[in-house]
Amino acid sequence: MKQTKSYLAKTVEDLKPSGIRKFFDLAAGMEGVISLGVGEPDFVTSWSAREAAILSLEQGYTSYTANAGLLELRNEVSSYMKKQFHVDYNPKNEIIITVGASQALDIALRAILDPGDEVIVIEPSFVSYAPLVSLAGGKPVAVQATEEYDFKIQTHQLEKAVTDRTKAIMLCSPNNPTGTMLGENELLELATFIEKHDLLVLSDEIYAELAYDEPYVSFAAIEGMRHRTLLINGFSKGFAMTGWRLGFVCANEELTAAMLKIHQYAMMCAPTMAQYAALEALKGGREDVEDMKKSYRRRRNYFVQSLNDIGLSCHIPGGAFYAFPSIVSTGLSSEQFAEQLLIEEKVAVVPGNVFGISGEGHIRCSYASSMEHLQEAVKRIKRFVEK
Amino acid sequence: MKLSEKELEVVEILEKDARISSEDVAKMIGLSLQETDELIKKLEKEKVLVHYTTVVDWSKIDGHEGVTAMIDVKVTPKRGVGFDEVAERIYRFKEVKSVYLMSGAYDLSVIIEGKSMNEVARFVSNKLSTLDSVLSTTTHFILKKYKHDGTIFEPLADDDKRIVVSP
Repeated sequence: MKQTKSYLAKTVEDLKPSGIRKFFDLAAGMEGVISLGVGEPDFVTSWSAREAAILSLEQGYTSYTANAGLLELRNEVSSYMKKQFHVDYNPKNEIIITVGASQALDIALRAILDPGDEVIVIEPSFVSYAPLVSLAGGKPVAVQATEEYDFKIQTHQLEKAVTDRTKAIMLCSPNNPTGTMLGENELLELATFIEKHDLLVLSDEIYAELAYDEPYVSFAAIEGMRHRTLLINGFSKGFAMTGWRLGFVCANEELTAAMLKIHQYAMMCAPTMAQYAALEALKGGREDVEDMKKSYRRRRNYFVQSLNDIGLSCHIPGGAFYAFPSIVSTGLSSEQFAEQLLIEEKVAVVPGNVFGISGEGHIRCSYASSMEHLQEAVKRIKRFVEK
Repeated sequence: MKLSEKELEVVEILEKDARISSEDVAKMIGLSLQETDELIKKLEKEKVLVHYTTVVDWSKIDGHEGVTAMIDVKVTPKRGVGFDEVAERIYRFKEVKSVYLMSGAYDLSVIIEGKSMNEVARFVSNKLSTLDSVLSTTTHFILKKYKHDGTIFEPLADDDKRIVVSP
């Protein structure tokens, strides 16, 4: 066949492959690697949730659910969000169960963006944000949060990025990859900015359960922000359910109806057995979640202190399970550091620059790994840095 | 005694892994090494931390012979000392690994380790059931240990199933 033109969509052709891919390929072929490159919990889903999914299969619950998800699950999500995060959403028309928080991000962006609309993405950020904005026809506008402010975005930086095409801002607190969590005062300041410029906020709160030092404040709980927020959360991190692909989005009735249109045509509904597992995870009480949180917190303390002892300066991340130390003292770039560390000491980390230019000079280390692995990783990183 | 938050953390950490170094414990709870050592000493002195042991899977060791039995014991409590006196008479035997006072159909749960079923049987008939306060005994032999004190002996799939690098 004679091919005279590319059949690929321009938007897709223009997307850069994720920089994480390269390190995956490098590390995947090696033996004896300790991986701190994993963006998911090291816990397995609680047995009670797994058992509930098995039971749902045995009983033959293998058909579609309502587009927005099982009403019973939405009811539980609603009371969970009220109890844990003090936000009130009607399970009938303000909550959609999605295929992971990722799909929630996708339908949220598609529901609000017209071609050329701008979305502010605070970098360093989760690698999917900017591509998802582009795929939804929007234009991602990166703003750099810097180490100087513990990677907390400053309003004067946002002011410079805002234009009359700006429609929304993507927020992720606690943050992947920096672990930074915004406190109530910082959210209040952000809310003033949002109000002033009449913007929406896509608040990715997937790490909300993993806030270690201060109680978590949802952006939707800030006065006046509920109707401007598309609140995205899910079961992956807090409930150790990444592989189930189950998340949800909460928003006002108008936004939810718009997202549901996309969801019903593009996805129909989230997987049924996963919904039954999530139902049990929410009903099953808080013990598993609290135990995991405690364990992460101890490992964070151990790991961040150890990095600082080695001479890789690292702020204390308030949430999630990532440490984002500076490697500038080694004279290497993020990519050089990550590549050499992997080859010489077999420790996999993710170079900070894949999360945005302000991530350069840093590496992302996930401490969602056993204490034994962390201890060994610290030994190896120390040896590498001292070489 | 009421424990502070840090003390409680130390207890939880050591209960999971008694061999962890004080340096690592110190980092995990955010105290100095000296403070951590003092805290552990205090908890040991107060007998909150009673003793450090190791969970051993003896079934892995060639030539090891041994059986474990759980014995339900009904006893007559004595005025003044209740069950304590008979419990003490039982736990002094070195074959006895645990003694618990139970609610329900019997009074004391006694765990015994011996070299053989015969040895355990001899202990029950000669030592245990001949005690004055003991009314009856029911002996159950343990066939296989799957999980002991929170530790699974042969985890089915302990390997990390996560892909090595993910966003």
